[in-house]
Amino acid sequence: MLKQIEGSRAVAEAVALCRPEVICAYPISPQTHIVEEVGKMVKEGQLSPCEFVNVESEFAAMSVAIGSSVAGARTYTATASQGLLFMVEAIYNASGLELPIVMTVANRAIGSPINIWNDHSDSLSQRDSGWVQLFAENNQEALDLHIIAFRLAEEFSVPVMVCMDGFILTHAYERVDMPSQEQIDSWLPPYKPSQTLDPADPVSIGALVGPEAFTEVKYLEHTKQLRVLERIPQLAAEFKTVFGRNSGGLFHTYRIEDAKTVIVSMGSVLGSIKDTVDDLRDKGHKIGVLGITSFRPFPSAQVRKVLCDAKRVVILNKSLAVGIGGVMSIDVNQALSGLPIDQYTVVAGLGGRAITKKSLQEVFLKAEKKELEAVTFLDLDWDTVNKQLAG
Amino acid sequence: MFQVRIHGRGGQGVVTAAEMLSIAAFEEGSHAQAFPSFGSERTGAPVVAFCRISDKEIRLREPIMEPDAVIIQDPTLLHLVPVFSGLKRNGYVFINTSKSLFAIGIDKFLKGWRQDRIYTIPANEISLRNVGRLAPNVPLLGGFAAASDLIQLESVVKAINKKFSGKIAEGNITAAREAYESVKAEIKPAEARYA
Repeated sequence: MLKQIEGSRAVAEAVALCRPEVICAYPISPQTHIVEEVGKMVKEGQLSPCEFVNVESEFAAMSVAIGSSVAGARTYTATASQGLLFMVEAIYNASGLELPIVMTVANRAIGSPINIWNDHSDSLSQRDSGWVQLFAENNQEALDLHIIAFRLAEEFSVPVMVCMDGFILTHAYERVDMPSQEQIDSWLPPYKPSQTLDPADPVSIGALVGPEAFTEVKYLEHTKQLRVLERIPQLAAEFKTVFGRNSGGLFHTYRIEDAKTVIVSMGSVLGSIKDTVDDLRDKGHKIGVLGITSFRPFPSAQVRKVLCDAKRVVILNKSLAVGIGGVMSIDVNQALSGLPIDQYTVVAGLGGRAITKKSLQEVFLKAEKKELEAVTFLDLDWDTVNKQLAG
Repeated sequence: MFQVRIHGRGGQGVVTAAEMLSIAAFEEGSHAQAFPSFGSERTGAPVVAFCRISDKEIRLREPIMEPDAVIIQDPTLLHLVPVFSGLKRNGYVFINTSKSLFAIGIDKFLKGWRQDRIYTIPANEISLRNVGRLAPNVPLLGGFAAASDLIQLESVVKAINKKFSGKIAEGNITAAREAYESVKAEIKPAEARYA
């Protein structure tokens, strides 16, 4: 059913259709309207059986999520920014314990300086935490990725973050096609945990593992993610047969055939990039887009395959790996290693800086002329920077 | 694509106005994208919200820098914030005021734009009379519907019913109709409008 609603509300409705049994969240900034909405649904009995646990911090939110998941309940939470950082210790436990928790990250910058606006620094800081990270381009994909996330998480017993741009998507009203309960129920079977804590049949979960087996545990975690990588395209194909839409998958390509220049990015900025690429295509430029959906696991081999004929790639990061450049660039660089492709890193949109078509076009044209620096900060105010450097 | 920028102050329903406009456009089968400028969520602080309307999917995520219409919910912003920045020369202007452009001191400034597309709407008075409190956003949308022909008044009514209920919805609907009728009465002949 088509609806014109806020991104957060769309995700809340999609999460509710997935019948979570426990939702825990810390209801203060940086929180989203998502938990506000699902909280209301639980209170009004629209989402039942489900327990909403109002916790005292984000650390507690993830800890409660771990507890409820290990007890066999389908578990959901949401956070962003410093809230995500506050739960980090528990985040690693959730993945180490192989718990299929689904969490929305409404991507926002990390302080200091204090900043509430959008970029990808928060979830990308959890790059190596063992969680799957799926990035949404628009609100339709944001809600669809949640539907895919519960299925993926439970099939593999792996936690999944669904990342959607804070404010830009969470607060945007746009058209979404909301699935029916019947569609969701045919897609997502009831959660059957592989192992639960049960007082009648006591076991220990999360015991000490010494040097003799720790590497093996981590190897198994790694190989599981590689299996997730194989499964994601299959689930996207199945999603299309059930819901009739292309959503999910490892990545989306746009006008990439015959492209000499390919822009690689993630999240909502892909929309502005595609509009810019259309303008440049109209002027005869051979340019295309690779939009990454699955940031973790990262589809290295698949990215290498689709980019191997490009002359140059511009990797547009909404994050900064201080001291080296873009967080996602590192992965793309590795995927393309040894190929004769010029690679440019652009760091853009930090702390909510608007990314305009005009600025995008400028850097893309510079890259075509080999005039772009290896690492470029989009729209950097050089006057301000130079004053500080001189002082 | 038609792009609308709404200026006002926190508490005046600026963000809600953009959302309602997007709902009204959606009701007519268009694609629409509404979003606020983020950050200043304090009562009284200048706030901007945006709405894009198109017959195709809207992918662009940049703020609206060259609007086809600006809606100004608070005339005290006229001399504080660059509310007309980037406004297209054939663009529309809707200002919440019961005074003339001369009286609010912008008649000369607006000389370069099409005069038949500049509307003053006493939205504070209309909302006080019908809703019982200052809610200038809805009458301005009613005026926008009347002047732009981009959305029908009935779609604005549907949007109001999505956002409000009971007496508040009823009052807002009456307010929207009143502003709509007054702007319709003000509209210049078609040959002047489409010149």
